[in-house]
Amino acid sequence: MKDALRGVLAGVALSALASGATAQEDAKLIVNGEIEMVTTTTAPEHLEGAFREIRSGWTFRTPETQALQMDDFENPAMIAVDRAQVVWDAVDGTEGNSCSSCHGTVDESMAGVRAVYPKWNEDAGEVRTLEMQINDCRENRMGAEPWDYGSTGMIDMTALISIPSRGMPVNVAIDGPAQSTWEKGKEIYYTRFGQLELACANCHEDNYDNLIRADHLSMGMTNGFPVYRLRNTRLNSTHQRFRGCIRDTRAETFAVGSPEFVALELYVASRGNGLSVEAPSVRN
Amino acid sequence: MTLSRRETLVLGLGAAVAVMMPLGAHAAVEDAIAAFTGGADVSEGGVTLTAPEIAENGNTVPISVSAPGAVSIMILAAGNPNPDVGTFNFGPLMPRQEASTRVRLAGTQDLIAVAKMSDGSFVQTSREVKVTIGGCGG
Amino acid sequence: MADGKPRVRVPKTASAGEQITIKTLISHKMESGQRKDGDGNPIPRQIINRFTAEFNGEVVIDVTMEPAISTNPYFEFDAVVPESGEFVFTWYDDNGDVYTTSSPITVS
Repeated sequence: MKDALRGVLAGVALSALASGATAQEDAKLIVNGEIEMVTTTTAPEHLEGAFREIRSGWTFRTPETQALQMDDFENPAMIAVDRAQVVWDAVDGTEGNSCSSCHGTVDESMAGVRAVYPKWNEDAGEVRTLEMQINDCRENRMGAEPWDYGSTGMIDMTALISIPSRGMPVNVAIDGPAQSTWEKGKEIYYTRFGQLELACANCHEDNYDNLIRADHLSMGMTNGFPVYRLRNTRLNSTHQRFRGCIRDTRAETFAVGSPEFVALELYVASRGNGLSVEAPSVRN
Repeated sequence: MTLSRRETLVLGLGAAVAVMMPLGAHAAVEDAIAAFTGGADVSEGGVTLTAPEIAENGNTVPISVSAPGAVSIMILAAGNPNPDVGTFNFGPLMPRQEASTRVRLAGTQDLIAVAKMSDGSFVQTSREVKVTIGGCGG
Repeated sequence: MADGKPRVRVPKTASAGEQITIKTLISHKMESGQRKDGDGNPIPRQIINRFTAEFNGEVVIDVTMEPAISTNPYFEFDAVVPESGEFVFTWYDDNGDVYTTSSPITVS
């Protein structure tokens, strides 16, 4: 099996020679003519031996797709942000609170938040994603029903919360109390799953920039999540993307919102420490 | 509104039927132009219509129109169930009589722009846009 | 859902007579009237049928819209601003709702 797989990956590698022309590695990402994004930077220390340099998924896309993210009037994800802004200001639940009752404006209160999540929560004694924190607010501050982890309303809200962090470097903490979760995520990243026996690393570390069938493999960075995908014309969360990847290995996947995906999200986010928060981004 | 692939196909079928009945569709376009011009002669040129040669998604096709010296520009999509798209009326604070928007096209068809100039004359242009509906996405 | 939420981009400052570019977008489903619901009944048309931009009360552009304008209608156009003042953007919904937003601009 291993030999067979090596054959497959070698084939993948060969087809990469033809793909160079589609990658726009040198393009500069400046959003709305004012937010300058770091799309290529030195890899964080913990990736020593794997990458010297890390690249945002944006650098792997065609000029047409790249352009969609350079202007909020072109970026289809901004419709979701508009939707979430209405929800942010709307009272829900038994406590008579909206998000803004406690947090005020998104721009002021949420700047920098997206860049450091998933993050250790001392009171809860666990690493939490933005989604978990939002539902904590909904249940305990607002007395409202929690949202389904992968629901449109939830993903819209994570997109909105990301807005004031755009251009800030991803900087998730991997040491201290978060370390054991991070280690667990790392283990998942390098574990081969499914009938195809593929780990995240087989595609996104060993074969980034190569074609897998018609798809141009990126380094699998999450700095742009949630992303608007042209493929399904909606916003997609990190966990939904993880599930799609693992499904493609012909494996039984972890659930969206599961502890395994929370750990993997922290680990994968840490591989992108130093890249700019691009969320909500546009990919194919 | 988000059109599903199936709904878009249905719209496309409608367009195909329209193509098979050139007289009916043509009449609707002629009527719309006549209503805009009041029956005046329309000459070619003097108005520019910019649109992609091939639009991958017929639900949102970026277009722009420009006609220096125009007071208004009407846009028609000859292959849509209803060819009317919209009319731009320009005020004096516009330095260039030019505007961009995004339109729905039911299938491959001709887009038509008719401009009314400040002297009361009319000019028009047309441009074919190929719509590749329901491709595999990418 | 969030239908009728407008977004505009207008420079905050300009010099007198400068040509500026304005972008506008409003969240709206633009229900064409051509679709049917799950039971096969036609979904009634509900679109934004008119968009206007004015500067200090003077029309910049006035657009008549039909169902062929895409979901979340977008317009981009240029304007010259002779003096400081305010752009007012207005969208008219088939259902009678009127959405409006304004942007001040300082001319130096």
